Amino acid sequence: MTNIEPNQSADSQASTHGDSPGTDPFTRRAAIKGAFATLGAAAFVAAVSPLRQAAKNTSAVEFMQQHYTELSPEQKATVIARLEAETKEKYGADVTIADDRPIPGTKFVYAINLSVCNGNGKCVEACHRENNHDRSTNQSYIRVIEMPKGTMDMEKGSTTYAGVVPREDKFYLPVQCQQCDEPPCVDVCPVKATWKEEDGIVVVDYNWCIGCRYCEAACPYHARRFNWKQAEVPADEINPDQSYLSNRVRPVGVVEKCTYCLHRTRRGRLPACLEACPTGARVFGNILDKNSNIRWILENKRVYILKEELGTKPAFFYYFD
Amino acid sequence: MSSTPLKQSAITSYPRFIGRALWLATEGSFAFYAWMTALTAVSLVGANAWANQVAGGMITTNMTDHVSWGLYIANFTFCVGLAAGGVMMVIPAYLYDDEEMHKVVIIGEAVAIAAIVMCTLSVVVDLGRPDRFWHLIPGIGKFNWPISMLTWDVIVLNGYLMINLHVVGYLLYMRYLGRKPNGWWYLPFVFLSIFWAISIHTVTAFLYCGLGGRPFWNSALLAPRFLASAFVSGPAFIILVMRILRVTTGYTAPLGPARTLIQIIRVAMTINLLMLVSEIFTVLYTGSAHAAPLNYLFFGDHGKTGLVPWIWTAIGMNLIGTALFFTPAALERSQIRVLACLLVIVGIWIEKGMGLIIPGFIPSTLHEIVEYSPSLLEWKVVAGIWGLGLIILTLSLKLIVNVFTSRMHVEENQISESLNH
Ligand code: SF4
Ligand code: SF4
Repeated sequence: MTNIEPNQSADSQASTHGDSPGTDPFTRRAAIKGAFATLGAAAFVAAVSPLRQAAKNTSAVEFMQQHYTELSPEQKATVIARLEAETKEKYGADVTIADDRPIPGTKFVYAINLSVCNGNGKCVEACHRENNHDRSTNQSYIRVIEMPKGTMDMEKGSTTYAGVVPREDKFYLPVQCQQCDEPPCVDVCPVKATWKEEDGIVVVDYNWCIGCRYCEAACPYHARRFNWKQAEVPADEINPDQSYLSNRVRPVGVVEKCTYCLHRTRRGRLPACLEACPTGARVFGNILDKNSNIRWILENKRVYILKEELGTKPAFFYYFD
Repeated sequence: MSSTPLKQSAITSYPRFIGRALWLATEGSFAFYAWMTALTAVSLVGANAWANQVAGGMITTNMTDHVSWGLYIANFTFCVGLAAGGVMMVIPAYLYDDEEMHKVVIIGEAVAIAAIVMCTLSVVVDLGRPDRFWHLIPGIGKFNWPISMLTWDVIVLNGYLMINLHVVGYLLYMRYLGRKPNGWWYLPFVFLSIFWAISIHTVTAFLYCGLGGRPFWNSALLAPRFLASAFVSGPAFIILVMRILRVTTGYTAPLGPARTLIQIIRVAMTINLLMLVSEIFTVLYTGSAHAAPLNYLFFGDHGKTGLVPWIWTAIGMNLIGTALFFTPAALERSQIRVLACLLVIVGIWIEKGMGLIIPGFIPSTLHEIVEYSPSLLEWKVVAGIWGLGLIILTLSLKLIVNVFTSRMHVEENQISESLNH
């Protein structure tokens, strides 16, 4: 930079004539600056023009939509009708989106028998289809870790195993959202877009999440997924049986997670991953029901939870026979 | 004189002051216009890249569900340090009543303002749904305060911006009027800004170290290390800015403040390196759960070595930079000083950015190793943020220089004019 004597003349002129813009250098400069500002503004508008495309995908009503817990029943009905119409328009599929609420006196709990699980991955696929996950990225809420026998250290495991299962010296550890009773993901959310419901299920309002992914960083179980792109699902593969807080087609740019298939379980059915499991390793139920299978397992088996030291209090248990 | 007419004069003349300040700040030589045009061009490239990201989804970045924060949050973390470090200069200036430091302090506050704007932008570009930004606004959105550390960060960063705007604005305005600043109007804010500078850094560290599932961040040393490195990057940046001002405008501060800044850097960098060594020792010697990310960062894991060149570059730069700062030449020769500043700034940008954020995700919570390196689009966006930050910094520095070199101050008749209104 060579400018040791910076525009002394221009500056002093400007300051002496500061309040009398009639003088020549001043108006000329004003004109130049005005031209530059206009040019800059125009260039800016051109630069951000792709936003117009994005704005087309968000209607004003959607922009103004309130938080799920603050919607009146009528507002909910309108929102749901709009979402159904959007799915029809964008995916060509007729779907029904329900608003399933927790059943009083229910607390859902999951358990997996690791002696039985053989790592075939049917649960992973079932989740993929049930929850209308993006086909191209093969998304799923479940990951299965192949672990060497004799350790509980996940560092020794692998999620990318292939070939014939089960292998002799391995056991298989499926991991999905643990529906923690002290969920760090809920604590960190700056806008309360995710919360724990009375039956223990941690849900996300996909229309309120701002996509900061703080919850994804906070979850110790890799249970959360971000919609890096709009999910692609062929019309005939869309699962039409949907719920607002679970498997409806999610918008781009928000976080999602396993909901224990609340669109099924809150209607008395079992989660899709359980139904798909050929080995019977998965047990699901209401822990408050004294006669339930799950209650018997938790009372009689040696049960453990993942990463107990973190104090997240999972509602998801593992046991061996 | 009663206070009423004075108040009136402030009401009419403060906006006039801002108007004239803006006018004069955009005056300059050919080099100045070239610089501003280049910065504008870079900002526009960034704006365009971000618009494409919003339109196409964040699949256009290289982030994944495994490494879900990347270059943006890394840059955010560095800018928080820059903002905090800028104002740290206030401490010697006011606590020890070091008159000479005042000329530097105001530069530090200008740096802080630009850095905070860059922080905010770095977070906004990281949002999947920037259109829902209003959900974060207390009152109309749903602000998860005080539980979420991110809401604390929103509060402290905005508060910090306000405080600094007030202090800088007030001091300059008084200079412009040719009056002595009234301590009651700004000293409380100056002291507040000291505590606040520490808080923005601590809260930002808490963002990460409060996450139990991420052993790499879950360390009590994180916040102190943040502070120590802020004491390096902030002063180093200010030394650079002072140098540029000296060459381009002739605005100089006496040598005293530069010496103080270098002393601060020496001490802070030593503490920073000491804490780094202590952390590495604890982790690697005991081989605890923290070991995997550190191993990955420094040596690579299972043949994946994406971050290794980054971190060794950073360590090399930091060590050489620090060594240079310890030589007497750093005090005497400006080239050495500038080189040392550049080295530690880049070194800390890597260490506090890529070296701190990315290993938090590698290995993932299920111990998968998925690597990350920023996409071209992410680089463009970050460059754009820096472009805009430097535009803001340049304009505010011009304004400061104009006022301090008395190129701009109020004329008598203007005061009486506004008094008559
Ligand atoms: S497993 Fe993760 S996402 Fe699920 S509740 Fe716990 S912290 Fe939240
Ligand atoms: S990504 Fe969404 S749900 Fe997760 S913390 Fe951010 S706003 Fe909350």
